[in-house]
Amino acid sequence: MSVIQVQRKPLTFAERTYLPQVFGGLMITLRHFFGRRVTLEYPEQRPEIAPGYRGVPTLVKDPNGREKCVSCQLCEFVCPPKAIRITPGEISGDGPSAHVEKAPREFEINMLRCIYCGLCQEVCPEEAIFLQNVYSVSGYSRDELVNDKEKLYQLGGTLPDRHFKWDKKQAAASASPIAHP
Amino acid sequence: MSSALKPADLITVTIDGREIAVPKGTNMIEAAQVLGIEIPHFCYHSKLSVVGNCRMCLVEMGLPALDPATKQPVMDPATGKPKINWVAKPTIACFTNASPGLHIRTGTPLVRECREGVMEFLLVNHPLDCPICDQAGECKLQEQATGYGRGYSRYIEQKNVKPKRTLLGPRVMLDDERCILCSRCIRFSKEIARDDVLGFIDRGSHSTLACYPGRKLENNYSVNTVDICPVGALTSTDFRFKMRVWFLKTTPSICPESSVGVNTEVWSREGVVYRITPRRNDEVNDTWMADSGRLLYKQVTADHRLREPSVDGTTVAGAEALAQAGALLKAGGVAIVGSGRSSVEEQFLTRKLADAIAAPAWLVSRVGQGDGLLISADRNPNVRGALVTGLIKTVPEAELTELAAQIAAGKIKTVVSIGEDLTAAGLGEAQLNRIAIVYLGTHANATSAGAKVVLPTLTVFEKAGTFINQQFRLQRFAPAVPGPQGAADDLVILAGLVEAAGGGALASDIDGLWTTLASEIKPLATVTYQNLPATGLLLDASDFSDLPFPEDETLHFNPKQ
Amino acid sequence: MIDFLTNLPPVVLGLLKGLAVICVIFPIAGACSMAERKVSAWLQGRYGPNRVIVPWFAWMPFVGRGLQRLGVFNLLADGGKLLFKQDPLPGHVNKFYFMIAPAVAIIPAFTTVVVVPFGAYFDQAGQVVPLMLANVDVGLLAVFAIASLGIYSMILAGWASNSKYSFLGSVRASAQLVSYELSLTLSVLPVFLWVNAPGTVGSLSLARVVEFQSQPGFWGGTWFIFLMPVSAFVFLVALFAETNRLPFDMIESEADLVGGFHTEYGSFKWSLFFVAEYAHMTVGSGVFVLLFFGGWNPLPWLPIGTLFGWLGLVQSAGHVSYAIAIAQGVLSIAIFLAKVLFMIFFFMWVRWTVPRFRYDQVMRIGWRRLLPLALVNVVVYALLIAVIQK
Ligand code: SF4
Ligand code: SF4
Ligand code: SF4
Ligand code: SF4
Ligand code: FES
Repeated sequence: MSVIQVQRKPLTFAERTYLPQVFGGLMITLRHFFGRRVTLEYPEQRPEIAPGYRGVPTLVKDPNGREKCVSCQLCEFVCPPKAIRITPGEISGDGPSAHVEKAPREFEINMLRCIYCGLCQEVCPEEAIFLQNVYSVSGYSRDELVNDKEKLYQLGGTLPDRHFKWDKKQAAASASPIAHP
Repeated sequence: MSSALKPADLITVTIDGREIAVPKGTNMIEAAQVLGIEIPHFCYHSKLSVVGNCRMCLVEMGLPALDPATKQPVMDPATGKPKINWVAKPTIACFTNASPGLHIRTGTPLVRECREGVMEFLLVNHPLDCPICDQAGECKLQEQATGYGRGYSRYIEQKNVKPKRTLLGPRVMLDDERCILCSRCIRFSKEIARDDVLGFIDRGSHSTLACYPGRKLENNYSVNTVDICPVGALTSTDFRFKMRVWFLKTTPSICPESSVGVNTEVWSREGVVYRITPRRNDEVNDTWMADSGRLLYKQVTADHRLREPSVDGTTVAGAEALAQAGALLKAGGVAIVGSGRSSVEEQFLTRKLADAIAAPAWLVSRVGQGDGLLISADRNPNVRGALVTGLIKTVPEAELTELAAQIAAGKIKTVVSIGEDLTAAGLGEAQLNRIAIVYLGTHANATSAGAKVVLPTLTVFEKAGTFINQQFRLQRFAPAVPGPQGAADDLVILAGLVEAAGGGALASDIDGLWTTLASEIKPLATVTYQNLPATGLLLDASDFSDLPFPEDETLHFNPKQ
Repeated sequence: MIDFLTNLPPVVLGLLKGLAVICVIFPIAGACSMAERKVSAWLQGRYGPNRVIVPWFAWMPFVGRGLQRLGVFNLLADGGKLLFKQDPLPGHVNKFYFMIAPAVAIIPAFTTVVVVPFGAYFDQAGQVVPLMLANVDVGLLAVFAIASLGIYSMILAGWASNSKYSFLGSVRASAQLVSYELSLTLSVLPVFLWVNAPGTVGSLSLARVVEFQSQPGFWGGTWFIFLMPVSAFVFLVALFAETNRLPFDMIESEADLVGGFHTEYGSFKWSLFFVAEYAHMTVGSGVFVLLFFGGWNPLPWLPIGTLFGWLGLVQSAGHVSYAIAIAQGVLSIAIFLAKVLFMIFFFMWVRWTVPRFRYDQVMRIGWRRLLPLALVNVVVYALLIAVIQK
């Protein structure tokens, strides 16, 4: 790579006194003095959260209200600060989601540990965990800052689903002659 | 294996251009493995018969060309080596045994294409279950899919749907969709467990694994099918959905179920044991273990686990309990009931304790029915350890009649019990009322309830040590999880008791103790805990050859020999 | 009342005056710190502190809200915090000097106020009576002499802190103050050469400088800033350096020295340094206003006497009206204060506009630019004055 020598322009006398510059600066700051305030007055005014923002990780349900997480524990594995703690469990009985077989019995994300890296969202094979627009986390004790399953679903809400993988699977099963011998 | 053979028995085969000398008839998958070449396979299992039905192991095979006239190999003038006739079609490696001059190629484009083709067919009807599949992380299909899978599916039809939750037996659950029809489980049941209950029904892609009508897969070795199933079709009901395998840490251990000394792997995460699987040892248990042994980890968190030292039923600090026990020992009239479940090191310290106070020592035998496979008649894992360390001189009895008599005679005032329930060993109310009991053990029982001093100790899963199995094989186990807060290592307690009884200071750490063991016990002279081979060390058993051991024949053990 | 005051025993009077200084300068310095936060915020397009409110004011419509938005109560909260927070005394310091350094800082800062006139009224003879706590004839010299004592506090603090940052800060302080004091003093020489015409009784009184700027006529009423702009400029720049304000605050220079000479200080002791700095700034602004901005005269060529005449605030001969005297005093103080406040605002304005110089630049400006400029300025004006006043 060739090096480009940039010639420095010699300073004029006025520039060397520095006074016009100081004066210009004073005028700029004075303009701001009388100009519009740009501060966001936080608790009353809230910033607009852009899509793709990486806020608090949350668990979501699909449009049919099925909890999407199947407790595969990949997010727990990938989470760099080990913020996630999952107790896997079995879906038993004949409920509408019994064919999914597995769901978290307990799902905790420790927001004191989470670094908002978004790896859990990226790794999730079921598109069940999303970093959404919640950005303000506070509490009076450490325990309060550990989001449990209920809180995570409450924060996450419902998101659209592109696949309905398990619903399709159920439909195929009821159409199949050998699925239920 | 090969070291026992004379070089004359070896033949040379060539794999990917590298020569290796193997015994005639060696399976080519194994031969390649010795060279570090992996031939992917699903249905082949080294301890089962070969059926060759998965076709994953396809390789190119060739033999030296023979001159039809002379029957001599034709030499290639260019290389000076025999000319090879490559077979036009690929061959399965698992059904190919080493024969003189055999050549195989595992890295050619043809082989790669074969593997990709087989994978694509296997995945045609395979469900997208990995997120909920217990096998994920140790699944052969997953592994090969990363190497030979397409990444996306060309199959646009509806996949087959099959039953997903069939209980084959009390401990084994079948997910038919995931089964790749390798028949390993069928062969195991038939050949190893000798309980031929499994088979395939229906045809083509509707084939499913099923139990013989009216039968169940409920033999005591059924969970081995889960281990060998290359995919997540068979899962253990005990481990199902409990934890992902990639979180689990494995610790080599020895199953304490019987004197077979099955080599095991203990899988734990953060101090909790989740499962036990067999660890391959071709001299002891091959790759199998009994279902009953897999459940022994539950004792770690059992409700009746002893967690706090106590004196007369009141919880006290460990040091105080030890001091109380020491005072009882010093008072004299002590008898010791050691244990065939203790490790060699513990039995050695128990003997030291007996020597220090000139106390008589017994063991309690536990004899049941052997199953001829991996559970022997002697349910104490380490009676031979007590013999080798000199704690006892002869095979123990089930009842402590001699001790009962001595108590009745008033000669014994204190009994130290190493985890043995004296009531079960034949001591009645009458005797127990006349003695003070010092109880070292992991779980509460009638004896610990009436004991003067209770010192909680550790289970096999929480401590390091060695067992000597029925073959006089010294085998090592390592701690997988930490013990409860109030419990102390048996070695620490025993060394403390020896010191309190005036037997001098002994090392209470396993490595320190082995220096003493090696110098005092002749058969262990060259051994240290660290240099013990993973498959164990066979000790010289000639001193004990005429003792009447209760064991019958089991896998790799025949007492008649 | 004034008689009553002047007739008090000197000790009591002195105490009263001291109290007055503390009661006035302390709040002003505090208010300055608050003002600094607000001004900096406004200059940067922010709101600045606007959250704290006291319950009683919260119940007041508009007023309470306005005061809250102005951050007035933040000042109280700040003060409370500085008073009550833990006062750490690091283990590695020289305890005695460490403790007295803040006091040494605050004493000269407050003392200078005493000789600065801040207003005036006319007695019945029509004679201007400047309002000041101690009318000493050496005036400006006293200000310079006492103010430069403040440097000892920085040296003491830096040395006693036993930390390299503090020490570097104090070394810089001594070098910088010495450098700029020369220019500072030289820059005011032409003013006094002009004021003290040959043959008259010489005086360094600041009140006299103001009186000089209140004379009738074009030349008489011209403020010195117009007569001697170079002097004013040199004085102002040197004043920035002397009061350690940006762009000359080498002494604190938090970018490279953590906190400079007061790195190891906290809570109340630290706040004393803070107050001292603002007191210096206030006094410096006052002196500048007196010397170059016509003191309490409202506008150039408009002496305050004229203003009083227009407003009818004139003492009738033979009768002293305290009311008129007080009214005159208050008005003059207000004018004077307004100018001082503008100067303080100017100080802040510059601070939040101009980046800090490097230390070598500070030294170069001091010795190689400002000092020659001040010298030439003195010589030129001396010659001019000699010609004019001959
Ligand atoms: S959130 Fe996703 S990645 Fe995490 S356990 Fe549930 S399904 Fe698996
Ligand atoms: S965002 Fe990152 S740190 Fe937070 S829970 Fe997910 S993986 Fe863990
Ligand atoms: S058997 Fe293997 S490939 Fe199939 S779902 Fe289970 S983990 Fe995935
Ligand atoms: S269940 Fe497993 S072991 Fe049995 S045939 Fe199917 S894939 Fe093979
Ligand atoms: S491993 Fe050879 S065919 Fe299955």
